[in-house]
Amino acid sequence: MPANTAFDTSGEDLATQIEAIASSSVTANGDTDVWVSSDRLLDVMNGLKEAGYEMLIGVTGVDYVGYFEVVYHLLSLSQNKRAIVKVKCGEGRIDPVMPSVLSVWRGAELQEREVYDLMGIRFEGHDDMKRIFLWEGFEGHPHRKDFL
Amino acid sequence: MPLKTEPITINVGPQHPSTHGVFRMRVTFDGEEVIDVEPIFGYLHRGSEKLAESRTYTQIVTLTDRMDYVASMTSNLSFILSVEKLSGIDPSPRGVWLRMIAAELQRIASHLVATGFFLQDLGTLGTPLIYMMRERETILELFERLCGARITNSYMRPGGVFMDAPDDFWPALDRFLADMPHRIDEYEDLISGNEIVAVRCDGVAVVDSQTLIDASITGPMLRASGIDWDLRNRQPYEYYDRVKFNRPLATASDNYARYIVRIHEMRESLGIIKQCLEQIEPGPVRPESVPFLIRPPAGDSYVGTESPKGELGFYLVSDGGVAPYRCKVRAPSLINLTLLREMLIGDKLADLFVTFGSIDINMGEVDR
Repeated sequence: MPANTAFDTSGEDLATQIEAIASSSVTANGDTDVWVSSDRLLDVMNGLKEAGYEMLIGVTGVDYVGYFEVVYHLLSLSQNKRAIVKVKCGEGRIDPVMPSVLSVWRGAELQEREVYDLMGIRFEGHDDMKRIFLWEGFEGHPHRKDFL
Repeated sequence: MPLKTEPITINVGPQHPSTHGVFRMRVTFDGEEVIDVEPIFGYLHRGSEKLAESRTYTQIVTLTDRMDYVASMTSNLSFILSVEKLSGIDPSPRGVWLRMIAAELQRIASHLVATGFFLQDLGTLGTPLIYMMRERETILELFERLCGARITNSYMRPGGVFMDAPDDFWPALDRFLADMPHRIDEYEDLISGNEIVAVRCDGVAVVDSQTLIDASITGPMLRASGIDWDLRNRQPYEYYDRVKFNRPLATASDNYARYIVRIHEMRESLGIIKQCLEQIEPGPVRPESVPFLIRPPAGDSYVGTESPKGELGFYLVSDGGVAPYRCKVRAPSLINLTLLREMLIGDKLADLFVTFGSIDINMGEVDR
């Protein structure tokens, strides 16, 4: 299979690792991904960075209509592996807020701004939380499912 | 008595020849020195990720062409790999080799554009840029033989590529492979040892490797700081584990280091293409069993690939339908700009565009 999957950390291993960092923060896990609760996110991310995940590869917002989800793709250069951490962002669709991981990785700066601009998830603790592609005063967030 | 001065704020772009597209910076100067930079994006935002949600997986290939439009083939490849992972498609070997040949040709073309415009920004006024555009033109003609298009190729499909290379492609590729090493020698004679280039680029816009890693910066920029990180080698996809190549590194992490890494990577890409030609075998270019209208099972997938600019990856979420539920692009061009402010502050006006050129971004990919 040309798309390489050998470097994805298995969900179970990652869940065990995250539980050791911050107990009872994991809510579920899949084959290669782990869901953590949003109020423990910063503890988890700080711990994972110390455990070798030096790079925040991606921050993605997904609109599942009933709730929003933020997906973090992490990469460890020293151990050559990847990890996927997912966070459900509250209940409902009104003013979703997440803690910002900008204090953990500098690389979150533009990526969190992009999620805010296009998906409307606000990151608390990000000191420059403003739109990145669209202009100030633009109404709505285009990547939401109810934006047509 | 000292001259009384005050900071002045200047808009650079969005229609400025040195901004490589429609990019705008609000730069504050104290005399000639840069004291603040605010990058402003979005002039080329077309909502590609949203458009992808209402198109089939095969149709989205055309959108990926228009993201990084000087490296369409590598954008195609990254997207296709994510689709194949999502739907469990095993591509046919000949299709994979053709994709690798196309992607490495594209890497050379993209590095030629990056280096050519970098030198243009430096003030070389034409000569190197026109040399490099000449060689890029040869690559574009190869693409035209291969798939009928020069820039927006849409060559790749889940399972392989949409058609086999015509007979006249192979001798033309051989001629290019024989000719190109001499051309790269020519660039090196002209530029690499040039004293003016050295004086202008050595020690300008230095960033240490830890800061680069922390800011998620990948690709030639990271390798120019001495970090040996190339996904083709560290997390091989396609058949990159069946070819041998070096990872050119530099340690200075300045503008010159970023230039020289790209020059050396072009030579390695030529070597990879030669090894592909030795190993490619006749056969179908895509399996007949793969339909054009794919319905991947519900789930998500992400594959990171080494595009000429850094790690390019597509995060796809499927709900089992013919179009993705969500298609997110991890765009190296945007993320590599994270440190732009730090890199420019303290430098002179004349170095502003040089440093910006050395990052190598493409606005189609920044804004999407």
